Amino acid sequence: MAARTEVRPRPRRRTSRFRDRETWAAYAFLSPWIIGFLLITAGPMLISLVLSFTDYDGLRETQAVGWRNYEQVMSDPKIRTAMFNTLVYAVLSVPGTMILSLWLATMLSKVGRRSAGVFRTLYYLPEVTPKVAVGVLFLMLFNGQVGLVNSALGLVGIDGPQWSTDEAWIKPGLVLMNLWSVGGTVIIYLAALNNVPRDLYEAAELDGVSAWQRFRHVTLPMISGALFFTMIVQTIAALQTFDEAYTAFFGSTASATYSNDAALFYVVYLFQQAFQFLHMGYASAMAWLLFLVIMVITFVQVRLSRRFVYYEGGER
Amino acid sequence: MAAPTVAPPSQAPPESRPRPGRRRTPRGRVLFWIGLLAASVLFLYPFLWVVSASLKPRTQVFDNALLPSTWAFGNYLNIWEVAPVLTWFLNSVVVSLAAATAMTIASSVVAFGFAYFRFPGRNVLFGLVLATMMLPTAVTMVPLYMIWNSMGLATTQVPLWAANLFGSAFYIFLLRQFFLGLPRELFEAARIDGASYWGLFWRIAVPLCKPALIVTFVFELKASWSDLLKPLIYLRDPELFTLPRGLKAISDQFGQSGEQQWEIVLAGSVITTLPMVIVFFLAQRHFVYGIATQGRKG
Repeated sequence: MAARTEVRPRPRRRTSRFRDRETWAAYAFLSPWIIGFLLITAGPMLISLVLSFTDYDGLRETQAVGWRNYEQVMSDPKIRTAMFNTLVYAVLSVPGTMILSLWLATMLSKVGRRSAGVFRTLYYLPEVTPKVAVGVLFLMLFNGQVGLVNSALGLVGIDGPQWSTDEAWIKPGLVLMNLWSVGGTVIIYLAALNNVPRDLYEAAELDGVSAWQRFRHVTLPMISGALFFTMIVQTIAALQTFDEAYTAFFGSTASATYSNDAALFYVVYLFQQAFQFLHMGYASAMAWLLFLVIMVITFVQVRLSRRFVYYEGGER
Repeated sequence: MAAPTVAPPSQAPPESRPRPGRRRTPRGRVLFWIGLLAASVLFLYPFLWVVSASLKPRTQVFDNALLPSTWAFGNYLNIWEVAPVLTWFLNSVVVSLAAATAMTIASSVVAFGFAYFRFPGRNVLFGLVLATMMLPTAVTMVPLYMIWNSMGLATTQVPLWAANLFGSAFYIFLLRQFFLGLPRELFEAARIDGASYWGLFWRIAVPLCKPALIVTFVFELKASWSDLLKPLIYLRDPELFTLPRGLKAISDQFGQSGEQQWEIVLAGSVITTLPMVIVFFLAQRHFVYGIATQGRKG
């Protein structure tokens, strides 16, 4: 495309030639993503959609089954369990992460910049731990008899639950374990808090506003953008939780026998259907249901954010 | 907000004035610092516990002592004998370096395309880029497996990194923000001096946005190093396992559902985690910079 523009004579219509050339160059720069979009996103989406109407398993001859996979998805009790688990987990872990992070970030915003840096490092450290290790550690730290968490609770006289075997406590346990990696969110909130103009606080102080009202009417609106960003991103991630749950409760024959329905997350079940039972058509239908759920939830969140989020510069 | 950091000129330097809400009573200050330190202990203690427990003999793993009463460095030799940990480590290094390099190059090229040029279809395409962030990986998981399978690569490490050659929405978005922050006059001046479009990218945008490129690199390095799902789907031969896949295998064999040789599992966890801790300390500034920038986009 360079050659194409080289041979052209120097024209008078400078702007339009420039535009034309620029467009070609732009698409050249975008070409990796455009090719990728076709090859590993749009193409596979189309294939997945077609597969979801078949009984494809990679072995036998594939047959179209119409809406049967989707009907089955709607009536499969395991899917109901998995979706329920996943939603419960998201509902607990996303606000939990946001509140804890906001609390930590607020504290860090009040210490000097240098100490804030040190604490920030400490808080972020768990986040570099691979989720598979988090899943492994969950079984040990949250072990009902000998785990660190219950030993610590024992010190203050609380008889901790059987986190890793009691169905009622597996999800809260995983949520708590996940709170360990809030460091990234803390950093985002801290940056947002440091960006709130000081004058606003001073004006509020002159007006004799209480600390809570300052937080409620100055801080929260000013960092609402960061809050909604993390909410949306983390919800999408929470709905796709896989590594920790799968590592701790699935994959080996022995673990398949105990209490894993309480840790059956949607993507875990989807993975099992696709790559262990080879019900790839069914798994594709499951994936589209997940996509639908994510789209609806994100849409609702974005609508809500229009109402509550304050953008400093007006429209972005 | 286009530029990553825009400080209004009226804003005082952060340290020059007392911060709002700073505890003034001595008792308040003490409680405040206790809160901060308690939180730090909660975040750090599990690390210390794991490292310490991985150096204890099997019977003492759960004794919750901060330091092992008997040091069992042999755990790290034993794991060697039961699992090809070094091979897994090298596999992880190769795969995550390839993944991070491919991702950084591809995403920065595409991001520059979106940041510099004005062309028909730009907004639609960029909207499409952002929309792909919502797409769960589960939707393309099976078809991608079929595609790699048809190319005869379904049981190799290639699928773990090759898709990164096309860039990815999150990084394209991030890098575009940084490129948009560069003054446009810089590029116009270079154009007049006869620089090609590639020259604008390679000689101006890339050197000036090096921190952002490092952010992309370390983020993707971490993401790829930690990935469990793709290795579970693609890798069959234990010789090809990455560390997370290997740790899963170790955990299945020696953990709760297996032989209960916790010290092996712990040593495996440390080996899987430690390299990322080191990378984090080396590239700490960039991690923080990158994360802080994301949130500012709202």
